Amino acid sequence: MTQVTNEVKSGGGVVATARRRRKKLTFDKVSFMAVFLGLPLVIYLVFVISPFVQAIYYSMTSWSGFDNNMPFVGLGNYVKLFNDDVFMISVRNSVTLAIFLPVITVILSLILATLVTIGGSSRGQIKGLRGAGFYRVVSFFPYVIPAVVIGIIWSQIFNPSNGLLNGILTGIGIDSAQDFAWLGDSRTAMIASMVVIVWGFVGFYMILFIAAIKGIPAETFEAARIDGAGRFRTAVNITIPLIRDNIQTAYVYMGILALDAFVYMSVLNSTGGPGNSTLVMSQKLFSTAFTKGQFGLACAMGVVLAAITLIFSALVFLVNRLTGGTEDVSE
Amino acid sequence: MMSMKLSKKPAAAGHVERKAQDTKGDKVVAGVSHTMLALWSLLVLVPLGWTLLSSFKTTSEIFASPFSLPAVWKFENYINAWNTAGIGTYFFNTVIVVGFALVIVMALGAMCAYVLARYVFPGSRAVYYLMLAGLTFPIFLAIVPLFFILQNLGLLNTLPGLIIVYVAFALPFTVFFLFSFFKALPHEIAEAAQIDGAGEWRTFFQVMLPMAKPGMASVAIFNFLGLWNQYLIPVAINTKAENYVLSQGIARYAGQMGYSVDFGALFAAAIIVIVPVLIMYVLFQRQLQGSVSAGTMK
Repeated sequence: MTQVTNEVKSGGGVVATARRRRKKLTFDKVSFMAVFLGLPLVIYLVFVISPFVQAIYYSMTSWSGFDNNMPFVGLGNYVKLFNDDVFMISVRNSVTLAIFLPVITVILSLILATLVTIGGSSRGQIKGLRGAGFYRVVSFFPYVIPAVVIGIIWSQIFNPSNGLLNGILTGIGIDSAQDFAWLGDSRTAMIASMVVIVWGFVGFYMILFIAAIKGIPAETFEAARIDGAGRFRTAVNITIPLIRDNIQTAYVYMGILALDAFVYMSVLNSTGGPGNSTLVMSQKLFSTAFTKGQFGLACAMGVVLAAITLIFSALVFLVNRLTGGTEDVSE
Repeated sequence: MMSMKLSKKPAAAGHVERKAQDTKGDKVVAGVSHTMLALWSLLVLVPLGWTLLSSFKTTSEIFASPFSLPAVWKFENYINAWNTAGIGTYFFNTVIVVGFALVIVMALGAMCAYVLARYVFPGSRAVYYLMLAGLTFPIFLAIVPLFFILQNLGLLNTLPGLIIVYVAFALPFTVFFLFSFFKALPHEIAEAAQIDGAGEWRTFFQVMLPMAKPGMASVAIFNFLGLWNQYLIPVAINTKAENYVLSQGIARYAGQMGYSVDFGALFAAAIIVIVPVLIMYVLFQRQLQGSVSAGTMK
């Protein structure tokens, strides 16, 4: 038995093989594996993996969904998409979101997280700001509110005649804000929508970064302080390099979310906004499939969306690797 | 030392306080920090407070001024939202769907993660990568075929259909999180249970699962929030109004009212949707914030 325990430390796999050699396959074991692995896997394969695979096939048909007639059109749908001006607008809008949302959200949440963690006294123990708990609880709150409700609340805030924003602006004397439709003007609709999404997610990433910063040993900060680094220097030159991987993860998550953005965009401007200025790919996909019934074409949009998502993630990883990655801090 | 090589940098705005390593400098920094954080907190709280205030006003009061207090605190808005807007029905549908989906996905996810983390069998890597794929690809890619799979199974527009899809799409996250958790549990205890004669089933349910409770709790809270807030899946595959869940019900209510309908009730409906998640959040705030960190430090 001692031998088995020794092997455990080197890795779980060894002990399992050892056990299998020792014991025959019993009913207990077979039924256990069948239920524990088989049941979840079957559900997962049927409802998640198979739709992904089918979507790629459907994307090459001009299927309308009402019969089983699926004429194979090869890459015809993709050619059609790239010649479709409205779809290309939606791609541009989605990419715009994927460029701006992660930058804004990550920077804002990093600043707030830094203030909370190293805003405390510069003497004695390294500690955070007083009342940090309050800020953490409040900031995280938007993350738990359903996205639909966030959209509804903000579309009321942006409401031209009775909204909170125009009320405040006219209240402080900006009369041109009277009856200004933030979501109904193609110049501001996209920016207003971005504000909503940033509002919803900054708190989440702030908590994530706070946790990461707290994972850095206090000695590191103390050493920096003894070497004469001030707070700003510590934040830029110590904290950020050390939580670089967390920033990368946050950046990728936020980008994937920005490429989706379906809930926010469809609640704020259900038809794609003035001049399609807030129409995103996911909205276009949804209406193509479930309003127009062009299922083949919609699947092609899904493939394009998935491809852009993967390219985005790959780019973030690549940029992080090229600009030094984790090497900086491992010395 | 890291800080040495970076010494030649232009002094930035926040840099000035550095030389004052005394309480005065600290006060300035703390003051600036508190101001910025308080501003952000206001940005978070004001929209929510305004929603709460508006939920007690009549539509004409809402139109008259965004700031005014209601002349009479109109609690009927909540009754109207619950009954007329159908929020009550949607609420019960959501409780049923999220409740069942949560229990099932936690059970299946724990089982799957346990097997993947603690047994070696041919294809275990493949299963792991399949789960990763489910986390990476957008749901939008799957949504059209999913619609027809449910139609063929006769589960389209039914609550059981919605439950099983929720389970399937919450599974990869659940498995990933619990995978690292089960991996970290000591093997000796499972060994001891087996020596004492417990079979695989009993080892899992009586020994391993109770040990995984903290991890299970974190994942369950995240799954609860994710499923309660889910919008795309029900909008696509659950289009019968009587089966609506809260998120799609309130979206439709907001969408169908032009400028003439009951704004007070809309704000009340928003509050009704927020309150359950707010309660969950306040109750489990510590675990939730703790698991955000645990989830990213894998």
